[in-house]
Amino acid sequence: MSEIDLDTARKVAHLARIAVPDENLPALAQELSQMLDFMEQLNEVDIDGVDPMTSVTPMRLKRRRDGVTDGDQQAKILSNAPDAREGFFAVPKVVE
Amino acid sequence: MSALNRLTITEARDLLRKGEVSAVALTEACLGAIQGAGKLNAFVHHTPDLALERAKAADARLASGDAPAMCGIPLGIKDLFCTQGVASQAASRILDGFKPQYESTVSAQLRDAGAVILGKLNMDEFAMGSSNETSVYGNAVNPWKVDARDLTPGGSSGGSAAAVAADLCLAATGTDTGGSIRQPAAFTGTVGIKPTYGRCSRWGIVAFASSLDQAGPMTKTVRDAAIMLEAMCGHDPKDSTSADLPVPDFEALLTGDIRGQKIGIPREYRMEGMPAEIEALWARGAEMLRDAGAEIVDISLPHTKYALPAYYVIAPAEASSNLARYDGVRYGHRAKLALGDGITQMYEKTRAEGFGHEVQRRVMIGTYVLSAGFYDAYYNRARKVRTLIKRDFEQAFATGIDAILTPATPSSAFGLGEMAEADPVQMYLNDVFTVTVNLAGLPGIAVPAGLDAQGLPLGLQLIGRPWEEAALLNTAQVLESAAGFVSKPEKWW
Repeated sequence: MSEIDLDTARKVAHLARIAVPDENLPALAQELSQMLDFMEQLNEVDIDGVDPMTSVTPMRLKRRRDGVTDGDQQAKILSNAPDAREGFFAVPKVVE
Repeated sequence: MSALNRLTITEARDLLRKGEVSAVALTEACLGAIQGAGKLNAFVHHTPDLALERAKAADARLASGDAPAMCGIPLGIKDLFCTQGVASQAASRILDGFKPQYESTVSAQLRDAGAVILGKLNMDEFAMGSSNETSVYGNAVNPWKVDARDLTPGGSSGGSAAAVAADLCLAATGTDTGGSIRQPAAFTGTVGIKPTYGRCSRWGIVAFASSLDQAGPMTKTVRDAAIMLEAMCGHDPKDSTSADLPVPDFEALLTGDIRGQKIGIPREYRMEGMPAEIEALWARGAEMLRDAGAEIVDISLPHTKYALPAYYVIAPAEASSNLARYDGVRYGHRAKLALGDGITQMYEKTRAEGFGHEVQRRVMIGTYVLSAGFYDAYYNRARKVRTLIKRDFEQAFATGIDAILTPATPSSAFGLGEMAEADPVQMYLNDVFTVTVNLAGLPGIAVPAGLDAQGLPLGLQLIGRPWEEAALLNTAQVLESAAGFVSKPEKWW
């Protein structure tokens, strides 16, 4: 039985950059605990000497020449931005 | 001739080539059907002008005599595919207003083959769900109905399945991360194939879990699936995991001959509490294949029961990483900020407003299993179990098994809202027969095989060897014609 406490739930929400009001933390902690309980079944499996899967279809990644293949699309890139000014994405202040 | 929107791709192609019907007429028939089907909430963004423009171009191409099979075929496109200049928001509030400047490779290939886009189709938010109820647009509704209840079309490709089953389009695109093509196909009496991982380019498809996601066609018949899949497949330099392998002419390989094929029946798929009807359907499916000359072999896939828990570690982990890009800076929704809010508050408020409940839950569980101290206990362990799940299949195929027959879903379509009080794991059980296939990267297809006692469709799943979609489609077509499933939902919408 895995128990996610309120502090852990708060920490996970912050790591995921999702605002969760304090009153919702107990429900979140309970849901996360439920999911982790479900995952606990994996502890029954003998995984000694088994490699973790990195690629489901064994294939070598293709290589290409290291060159510029794209660019000069500023207007297109900014076209969906919630706030774009003077050719940049605009965001609230990042440093104090 | 019945209404044009009721045609299959195969029938429409032949009529288009003979000049007996025009792409414009086909498209108008579908647009009319869509207009009359608001209650199904399948189409969520409509593109009638673009559709007619493409249909006219298709007619010109057909007249010139040089038209590929998909030319002039009206399709619906799942909202997960980025379509140039057309809203593409993965059924999420966080992509509200997003209009891509580019076209996904798969939808571009269909466009270049002359296919007509009718609009975008409803789905679960970011493809996370099995009932289409996590969509920001509200749920799509299954055209199949047996009592007062509205039923789910399944998910996540629920809008695609509902649209095809209700003849709003000739076929649709879907995507499948844990069963999102095959489960809705089974719930709506339609055909859906998830090809081998790497067959279809993922470029331009909003990413959920990159090591599991694959696009595929959702159609009225297996032959249609063969035709449309061929147009969707192929190597794409923009997706480094797309396979540089020749794409066969899947339709030409539908020989109808499966004599001598060995079909595996995995004993671990006989789940406790499985409805007797599903068990009986499964046995009948095996008999049909035996009658067609296949050999039925009992096999064991011992790690099956660990597939769902492994999936619910791996998929949320990948999702938490993929969905980190939705930060309110480059596209989509940005929360209104309070005086003095900095960038962290902007991220946190934007993501809290933009993501629905299920997406938030999965992103957070993914964040947890990837966080320091838990990575080995959860994520790495799940990846090792994934290796074992794939090995189970490899060992079965090594004994000469050509395909594996299983039920597609543990039940027929359930009522919308019926799972609201259940814990999330209950909903995840919908994928119990399909999720192994994604973990192993294999091709899988759902074929309608009968009706249950209520009169709702049930599907069977066939799982093939990697890259052998052609053989898989051939076996599926034999099953399809033996089952003789011809029922259609009665129009109530």
